[in-house]
Amino acid sequence: MTDIAAVTELPLQDPQNSAHPCPELGYAGAHHMPPTPSERPAIEFVDVSYVAPGGQAVLSRLNLSARAGETLVLLGRSGSGKTTTLKLVNRLLLPSAGEVRVNGVPNSKGDVIRLRRSIGYVIQDVGLFPHFTVERNIGLVPAIKGWPQERIRLRISELLQMVGLDAALASRYPHQLSGGQRQRVGVARALAADPGILLMDEPFGALDPLTRAELQQEFLALQQRLRKTVVFVTHDLREALRLGSRIALMEAGRLVEVLAPKDFLRSNDPLVSAYVHAFEDRPERTGNRGTE
Amino acid sequence: MNFFHFIGQNHAQVLELTLEHLWLVGWSTLFAIVIGIPLGIAIARHPASSKPVLTIANIIQTIPSLALFGFLLPVPWLGDRADRLAILALTLYALLPVIRSTYTGIRGVDPAVVEAGRGMGLTDSQLLFQVQLPLALSVILSGVRVAIVISVGLATIAAAIGAGGLGEFIFRGLAMVNNQLILAGAIPAALLALLADFSVGWLEKRLQPR
Repeated sequence: MTDIAAVTELPLQDPQNSAHPCPELGYAGAHHMPPTPSERPAIEFVDVSYVAPGGQAVLSRLNLSARAGETLVLLGRSGSGKTTTLKLVNRLLLPSAGEVRVNGVPNSKGDVIRLRRSIGYVIQDVGLFPHFTVERNIGLVPAIKGWPQERIRLRISELLQMVGLDAALASRYPHQLSGGQRQRVGVARALAADPGILLMDEPFGALDPLTRAELQQEFLALQQRLRKTVVFVTHDLREALRLGSRIALMEAGRLVEVLAPKDFLRSNDPLVSAYVHAFEDRPERTGNRGTE
Repeated sequence: MNFFHFIGQNHAQVLELTLEHLWLVGWSTLFAIVIGIPLGIAIARHPASSKPVLTIANIIQTIPSLALFGFLLPVPWLGDRADRLAILALTLYALLPVIRSTYTGIRGVDPAVVEAGRGMGLTDSQLLFQVQLPLALSVILSGVRVAIVISVGLATIAAAIGAGGLGEFIFRGLAMVNNQLILAGAIPAALLALLADFSVGWLEKRLQPR
């Protein structure tokens, strides 16, 4: 019994050695998926529509759910409604119709502040408070939740280590950090009060490719340990394949399909394969050929 | 009799009028801050109301100061004492820079920072006091600085309605065609303006985030 448990707990093949169904895209199989993903949805969208204040329909009748502990990637081009979908979860936006449920409860019920404090939020521009040091940025939510000083201090050093930042950076200000370090602080801040759900809006989008790959790798390692329910917005197919337990492709405010990464690449859906094709070009083929 | 000689002979009166001047400017600036900053915050939160409020403040600014003092003269309680009246008029003039700088400062806070704060579950007042106001502070102070400098200058006109201040010397000098008397009012007023400008500027720099 214990042996089996130990084996099923043992998740991963080495991504380097595993068979790549699509090596081009660096897809390494769903190696980080929980072996037995819980079926209880942590987030549910039930017939959700959103009309922008200007009258433009941004989302139409979205039905989608994120299972507890999975990384659900919302993939799609700009303006497809990904970010709107994300902001509906922590009520930065309110749906025009339909209902968003968080842990089974409609998120329109109850206190919005409490809801938001139970959900980590990471955005592309990071949004660190420029007048706070790194430690104050990270410790803000615990502090306003009334944690004792000592516990906050411990949590900050734990988080810094978790996101791979040197403890010496704690007293720095955001403008003294590199882009990658800033985003790490952003992730640490979102994790500070140990929320069950993490919303990430293109968190690595503004980083250079090397830093991005590094942070993606660390995200996988972290997620394997923490098993948060993550909703991750990106337009980058490679990132989606790499990080997602499932990928929800969105187009013009509608959900096209929700597929596991390996099925995504094999899908016959025209919109899905169009997205895959757009990413198939390799740099060496698209590079400057004018040297002959 | 040269200028310094005059100051030396009348230093008690120069000091008294300077203090009166400071009294007028101090109260009016305080009122402008107490009214203007909350008003600026309010219109930054509800941008639809920003236009009417700023327009009214703008219009007040365009009323010639002598005329404004005159308008207010018949108002019952105010007209009883010239300094009340002067303080009200100066407050009205000082409002625009304070309201506008508060509005601009708060609207100017990086939207990503505000969104992150909101998404993290800060309440409106936590967002205001911990994030928006501290980040807008130096812009707000630059408005206060402008308000003070304007007030110091305008307060000289308050002497026309008998509110005292360094304007006394200026008006007396004008009536007597005595340049020294005019300078005895104008130079201390200019120095006050410079001093206020410098000290608020220093504060602004010290309180700058980062």
